[in-house]
Amino acid sequence: MTLPLIVYRSLRQHALSTIITAGSIALACGLLMCVWMVKTQSQSAFTQTTTGFDAVLGARGSKLQLVLNAIFHLEASPGNLAYSDYEAIRRHPMVKAALPIAVGDNLRGYRLVGTVPELFTAVEYAPGKKFMILPGGRGFSADAKEAVAGSFAAARLGLKVGDKFRPFHGLAFDPKSEHSDDFVVSGVLAPTNTPVDRVVWIPLRGLQMMSGHDAKAATDVSAVLVQLRAPAAGFMLDTLYNKQGNRLTFAYPVGAIIAELFGKIAWFDQVLTLVAYLVALVAAGSVLASIYNSMSARQRDLAILRALGARRRTIFGAVVAEAMGIGALGAAVGFAVYLGLFMGVAGVIRAQTGVVLDVWAGHAVLWMCPLGMIMLCSLGGVVPALKAYRTPVAETLAPAS
Amino acid sequence: MLAVTALLKTFLSPEGERVEIVRVAQFALAAGEQRALRGESGSGKTTFLHLIAGILAADSGRVILNGVEMTALAEAQRDRLRADQLGYIFQTFNLLQGYTVLENVLLGMSFGPRGADRAHAKAVLDRVGLSHRLNHFPRQLSTGQQQRVAVARALANRPKLVLADEPTGNLDRKHAHAALALIREVCREQGAALLLVSHDEEVLAQFEQREDFAAINRPAKEVTP
Repeated sequence: MTLPLIVYRSLRQHALSTIITAGSIALACGLLMCVWMVKTQSQSAFTQTTTGFDAVLGARGSKLQLVLNAIFHLEASPGNLAYSDYEAIRRHPMVKAALPIAVGDNLRGYRLVGTVPELFTAVEYAPGKKFMILPGGRGFSADAKEAVAGSFAAARLGLKVGDKFRPFHGLAFDPKSEHSDDFVVSGVLAPTNTPVDRVVWIPLRGLQMMSGHDAKAATDVSAVLVQLRAPAAGFMLDTLYNKQGNRLTFAYPVGAIIAELFGKIAWFDQVLTLVAYLVALVAAGSVLASIYNSMSARQRDLAILRALGARRRTIFGAVVAEAMGIGALGAAVGFAVYLGLFMGVAGVIRAQTGVVLDVWAGHAVLWMCPLGMIMLCSLGGVVPALKAYRTPVAETLAPAS
Repeated sequence: MLAVTALLKTFLSPEGERVEIVRVAQFALAAGEQRALRGESGSGKTTFLHLIAGILAADSGRVILNGVEMTALAEAQRDRLRADQLGYIFQTFNLLQGYTVLENVLLGMSFGPRGADRAHAKAVLDRVGLSHRLNHFPRQLSTGQQQRVAVARALANRPKLVLADEPTGNLDRKHAHAALALIREVCREQGAALLLVSHDEEVLAQFEQREDFAAINRPAKEVTP
């Protein structure tokens, strides 16, 4: 009981500096874990989010822009392609399914995407998972002015089956650019934890024929989402559209294109990680400084303990254990900081992209970081422990007679 | 029980000269004996007690405690012997302010081979009349009560020898008398020898066996550069 008692009492006696130091460690630990987890989870989530499609066919331009626009419903469309191009790829023998989408309108900031009803019946957005419409609703009819709302968009917009709305022109919400077409919500999708949740889906023709849209482009589509029969088909179509042709862009494979994006912004991760490491080092330094600075005040206690028979190594161990205790306290609170930060970041990512990060997912960093922090703090405790180790008992216990 | 032979301790003065503080040719104390040493402030009696307790290492000479030559031991072994065989009562009590009364006594026991024995610690505190103050902190006690905690802590480990350095120096007459009586009584009950140093004639007068520290401590007057 000796060592735990000495550590506990010392932490209690210096409660304020203990709390402040443990707080800085908690911040460092939480920040490190959050940066790491957001980095790894978002990379994995974004590269695995294909919503069931292997490739995207679109207007000539950036593959990344095409994928971000068609799969993640971010960015502007790089342009349109003719309906005949959609028909051509749909009939290709190596293509299992091809679904057209059209973008260009929104409902109070949430994208309206035109597509065909087969999206909700024929597509598995993840292995073994098909889109489900919540009870009381149904999919839209291809020729009706109906809509199926993604779960997140429905919740944010307060949409339910039977509600009527008028779309707004453009991808950004402008109250002055309201269309005169009335749509009725026919169904709400069950959550999929994909970007689909942030979209209000309407029939392709509904979007193409919207009042105010260019009649000449009424049959154009923004992109075609493609499922292939075999991976080899992707490389064949890549050659066909990207190398031999010069009108269209075939973005394949979707995951690799997003991975390229993460490769391009890897420096940002590195900067964040470096900042987190520096914060951790500063926190460990604060442990050293706070214990070292209080050493003068503690020397009498240490000398008394020595006079009572405590060995030098016991005193050394007590100070290192105290530093370790502060580290452990900080690491424990660090989990709360991590959860808070991660939930905040995950909330923003979900709201902006529809991609869901799992706050409870396990990862080695969740034990390595606290453990590393505790070890770093213990190291920080070595310097004051050496000072304690050298405490001159007789001089400190003066007065002498 | 305690035998001191040719004990020498010098210190380096700020001027860089070596000054003798303790030079004791012979000193002995029998088991259970109670003796007082009279000495003025600065006469080296605290240093003498520190040497006996192994808190300080002697330059030369021997301190044999209960058959073990303290001066031949390494520091860690001296620490262990001190925790095991010695009880020390300080003038300023030297209680650990951040610890409760019970914890102060338990800590005193925990460095010895028997370890912290909560029941025994409580019994000792009960013996000195503090069973109702177990969870109080020293600052919540009167000076007299603090002295009794110091006595309990020194005796809790069933030491063979208790060293008391001006143990009543911080107490008024009434409390000093009671504290001294308590120390002597508890030492007698536990069969511990008591070596007390003081400059207070009233305290010294209570001991049948007392002597001048100056009579046994004869440091050289000259300094060695």
